[in-house]
Amino acid sequence: MITKLNVATIYVLDKEEALDFYVGKLGLEKGNDVRQGGYRWLTVRVPGEHGTEISLEEPGSPLHDEATAAQLRELITKGAMSGLVFISDDVRGLYETLKSRGVTDFTQEPTDHFYGTDMGLRDPFGNAIRILQQGKVAAAATA
Amino acid sequence: MSRAVEDMNRRLLRARDAMDRAYAEPLDVAAVAAVAHVSEAHFSRSFRAVFGETPHRYLQRRRVERSMFLLRETDRSVTDICFDVGFGSLGTFSRTFREIVGETPSDYRLGHEPIEAPHCFQMAQTRPRLPAGVHLRMSSFGEARRTAAP
Repeated sequence: MITKLNVATIYVLDKEEALDFYVGKLGLEKGNDVRQGGYRWLTVRVPGEHGTEISLEEPGSPLHDEATAAQLRELITKGAMSGLVFISDDVRGLYETLKSRGVTDFTQEPTDHFYGTDMGLRDPFGNAIRILQQGKVAAAATA
Repeated sequence: MSRAVEDMNRRLLRARDAMDRAYAEPLDVAAVAAVAHVSEAHFSRSFRAVFGETPHRYLQRRRVERSMFLLRETDRSVTDICFDVGFGSLGTFSRTFREIVGETPSDYRLGHEPIEAPHCFQMAQTRPRLPAGVHLRMSSFGEARRTAAP
């Protein structure tokens, strides 16, 4: 029986810039940060729980040849890769916090739906991030 | 070379996001091109090369998708929904909707119930596709001018 999703991977163009965004702005915590030769095993995760590690990987050698890596970078920057969905207990509060930290790439401001309130943004590279506060909202179907 | 492509992609994506976010506003190509920090002519050409359709068509399909959502989920009138999603006239809305969806807004409403899927998936997955070879007749980008409303 599988008991947990342990690691999910997201492709970024630059690990240091990704760390600044996911930890410094989004508020995740750094998980593993291990260097071995030229490789850096770098993960972030939701703080305060033994949650899924999100591995931040750059396309390139030795996993990809340069042509493949270039294709992946193009797909990332045109928003064609898959993204991440997080849960928050206060989406509107988080939205204000993110704005105060200089985040501008919102794809959707906090909006109420029948299943809760959510917002959308992109990381610096083009990956989609959605943040959901679950729970029924009185004013449904407003957007 | 590659870095320049990635940088341009990212800026075009930001402009596309602006259309997804502000479809209800009277957008014109100059405003959206400004988000990407490129000239209007270069913007339309580059957008098409990267996303496979013109910015105008992308915005039309977003507006039609949003109108389909409101037709399914609300009991607002077709006229109200037309202006809600950024069209400037009922004639343009009805014509565009029929060209893209293949039936009138009223007929679509009769045949469709609300979809119980998260909003982001609906927006991404139910934006109508155009059949191959079908082109919208409108060539202007700025059909959302509210002053043009009847």
